[in-house]
Amino acid sequence: MSYRFGIAQINPKLGDVEANLALYEEKLRQARDKGVELLLFPELTLTGYFLRDMVPNVALKLSSRVIQHLKGLSKKVGFVAGMVEESSDYRFFNAAIHFEAGEIRHVHRKVYLPTYGMFDEQRYFARGDRIRAYDTKFGRIAILLCEDLWHPSTIGLAALDGALAILCPSASPLRGLTEGRVQDDNARYWEMINQAYAETFNLFLIFGNRVGFEDGVGFWGGSEILDPFGKRVAKAKYYDEDLIVGEVAFESVRRKRTMAPILRDEDLDLTINELMRIRERPSQLKIQEKAPRKGGLKVKGNKG
Amino acid sequence: MNQIPTNVGLLRSILVSFIRNEVQKVGVDRVVVGLSGGVDSSLSAMLAAEALGQSHILGVMLPYVSSSPESLSHAELVVQKSGIESLIVDITRQIDAYFEQFPVADQRRRGNKMARERMTILYDHSARWNALVLGTSNKTELLLGYGTLYGDMASAINPLGDLYKTQVWALAEFVGVPEVIVSKKPSADLWAGQTDEGELGFSYSEVDRLLYLMVDERYSREELIAEGIPDGFVDDVTLRIMNSQFKRRLPVIAKISQRTVDRDFRYARDWGK
Repeated sequence: MSYRFGIAQINPKLGDVEANLALYEEKLRQARDKGVELLLFPELTLTGYFLRDMVPNVALKLSSRVIQHLKGLSKKVGFVAGMVEESSDYRFFNAAIHFEAGEIRHVHRKVYLPTYGMFDEQRYFARGDRIRAYDTKFGRIAILLCEDLWHPSTIGLAALDGALAILCPSASPLRGLTEGRVQDDNARYWEMINQAYAETFNLFLIFGNRVGFEDGVGFWGGSEILDPFGKRVAKAKYYDEDLIVGEVAFESVRRKRTMAPILRDEDLDLTINELMRIRERPSQLKIQEKAPRKGGLKVKGNKG
Repeated sequence: MNQIPTNVGLLRSILVSFIRNEVQKVGVDRVVVGLSGGVDSSLSAMLAAEALGQSHILGVMLPYVSSSPESLSHAELVVQKSGIESLIVDITRQIDAYFEQFPVADQRRRGNKMARERMTILYDHSARWNALVLGTSNKTELLLGYGTLYGDMASAINPLGDLYKTQVWALAEFVGVPEVIVSKKPSADLWAGQTDEGELGFSYSEVDRLLYLMVDERYSREELIAEGIPDGFVDDVTLRIMNSQFKRRLPVIAKISQRTVDRDFRYARDWGK
């Protein structure tokens, strides 16, 4: 079975949920016209990325009016939205929510929150505590938000949990220049790992990034859909708004995994045993044991 | 050896997008820029013309009686080439009137006064014309503190602030800033014979190489010296960066409350945009 997946590479308005909701509706209409069955919106596009102290102002409880509205929008075309989720105990999460057929199919809370260089996510957001694959009408998939995918463990877990496709909504800023390239260094790094992961874990990798600027920081776009052979079945513009569509055919996952059954041969028990051994490893701190001095107690500072 | 990258094609398109996006989202579509006849302001103006359209840029020339005549003629070259709007506002009278009251003022004070007078004129015209003031300070100047606080350092948006002088030159050449401007010795032109490199005591290419390794690549002091950079130069520049940090921050505010501006009251400049 083959499905049409789309990516809405948009430029949201910082801190304006209502405006971004209207943008979502417009993109869903366009996607429907193109026969898209699942539309991926990039990370935090319902709110904007560099929210800082605005996080509590734009946060949405799952019971909120906006979430109910989003459910309604998913009756014809399923989609993954990026927003700030507020839990019942007032913690805020950088979340991606999959809406399908009028319901919430899955919520992924970003686990790895970059807090270095230009990033400050862990100041404002609580960490997610799970990596899960989940079932949809298309098959079993998983969502990993931006930095989540930079940790080697997460995609491994998602693949072992049965994901045949990874959706990676991102808000990835452009940075670093190298001569002779059409994209910035950070974009190039992402493209390299997306391709490596698709080919190594033998799955579809659907990477959705945003565009626009916030406080001088630009986002590089370049959204893409990669098949398990590492082939780009769809690629969006760099640095500009776009809406791309690609065929996601799980038959190619079957073919690739038949040729290269890496996941089949993965030894879970070995991995667990080694991880437990590494976790229990004694501290690197060495405590010097000195032989006792002759001649009684010497107090520091007294010479002779 | 790590070279400063100058991917001019990519730089140009990113900076043009930046200007368009950050100006328009505030609800305006025009900018005002002080044209000194130097490479930075020329580049800034030409990128803005590409981003917003030539009739949306006002280049203001702000000569003082002792300014090099070349500065004005070079600024005019940029105006002609880019087709932007222009204006000349001579600042001699107001500067001289002020220093008549305080005649014992050294070159530095006079230079700073001129830089700040220029800033006030640009801001006035930005209000008059419903525009933003476009900045021209580059990363080398900003790191070394080679600029006047609230003078040439003041602007609403600055496309060059993350580019070393070396990159400004490369991009200026690519974008078509007149050759005579790209190749001349940089000068603040605040007094006769002043040159940046004369004042700083080293060349831009030397200091850019050091700054790129030290700041962008985070080389330690030992690693920099191993690259063949004299230790005295490393220490001198390190000190300049440290001692000019105050120019890159808002004024120090005494913290009294639970929530203080710029410390725990944190919002994007693009709040709601």
